[in-house]
Amino acid sequence: MLLAAFFATAIEVIEMVAIVVGVGVARSWRASLVGASAGLVVLAVLVAALGTAVRNVPLTPVRLIVGALLLVFGLQWLRKGVLRVAHDGWGVGHTAPDFDSADSGERGFDWTGFVLSFKGVSLEGLEVAVIVVAFGAAAAAVGSAVVGAAAAVIVLGAIGGLTYRLIARIPRRALQLFVGAMLTTFGTFWAGEGLGVAWPGGQLALLALGAVYVVAALGLLTVVRHWRSDAEQRTARPRSAAAPSPSRMHR
Amino acid sequence: MSRVLRGVRAFVMFWIDFIIGDDWTVAATVAIALLGTWGLTHAGVVAWWLLPLAVLAVTAVSLRRAVGREVREDSQSQPSLR
Repeated sequence: MLLAAFFATAIEVIEMVAIVVGVGVARSWRASLVGASAGLVVLAVLVAALGTAVRNVPLTPVRLIVGALLLVFGLQWLRKGVLRVAHDGWGVGHTAPDFDSADSGERGFDWTGFVLSFKGVSLEGLEVAVIVVAFGAAAAAVGSAVVGAAAAVIVLGAIGGLTYRLIARIPRRALQLFVGAMLTTFGTFWAGEGLGVAWPGGQLALLALGAVYVVAALGLLTVVRHWRSDAEQRTARPRSAAAPSPSRMHR
Repeated sequence: MSRVLRGVRAFVMFWIDFIIGDDWTVAATVAIALLGTWGLTHAGVVAWWLLPLAVLAVTAVSLRRAVGREVREDSQSQPSLR
């Protein structure tokens, strides 16, 4: 039961940790951790109030709302990431502050980072709670299921905590592109689940969606550079035509 | 304006910015794709492909528009030839 609960909750915990670490590195650690803590507090209150009745909480509308919000916000980041990397390359934003610091919440508390982590942790935490109660009730061993789930949170949370330094080395614009792709992936998957979509391969569809979005974003980098040079040539032509030619100036 | 009204306004503006951002057509397309997915799924049609397809299409279209806007702004900000 202990191992079953560990592995059953591991995927939900990985999703939770990925969002908290991604938002923390790309935007603000303070906002991300406060959002995650607030999500855990809300979850603890919900579980304490409902007990085993937490199984009856309707997850479908929660998945749809959280997924749709993550999707539209993730897309904003993905587009900005593609535009900026296409414009300035991958390296900008590594040490020097980015020109668009408003995105990273440097003007005070970053409420956007807070909301992203809060939603990720409360939705995934709720799913963990439902799994624990379902597994525990089925085998009449809620205690073991709780220990298994807690172990998954501690182990995977520690891995997330250890890897954040590696992630922090990625330049901010590249990070914006990849975190945007990750949020878009989770958003698409959860919103689809909320609408009753049966994803091929179940949770493995997350990996496929993520790969498709990342490959598409990398392809769009080339396309956007091409569009930009085309548009620059188009705007340069009328300007040079309007400018007086040197021969006419000598007359 | 009272502090409460300012707070409510800031709250509403935060969510508008969070959902709509700088291109309202992206949020609108996602909303239409969600409705389409819901409709197809409830009609018994396999519809998992619709949302990712809409996401990819709207991203490309929105980027195309953004590039045109950026280039226009860049050319206007350059000093004119005299």
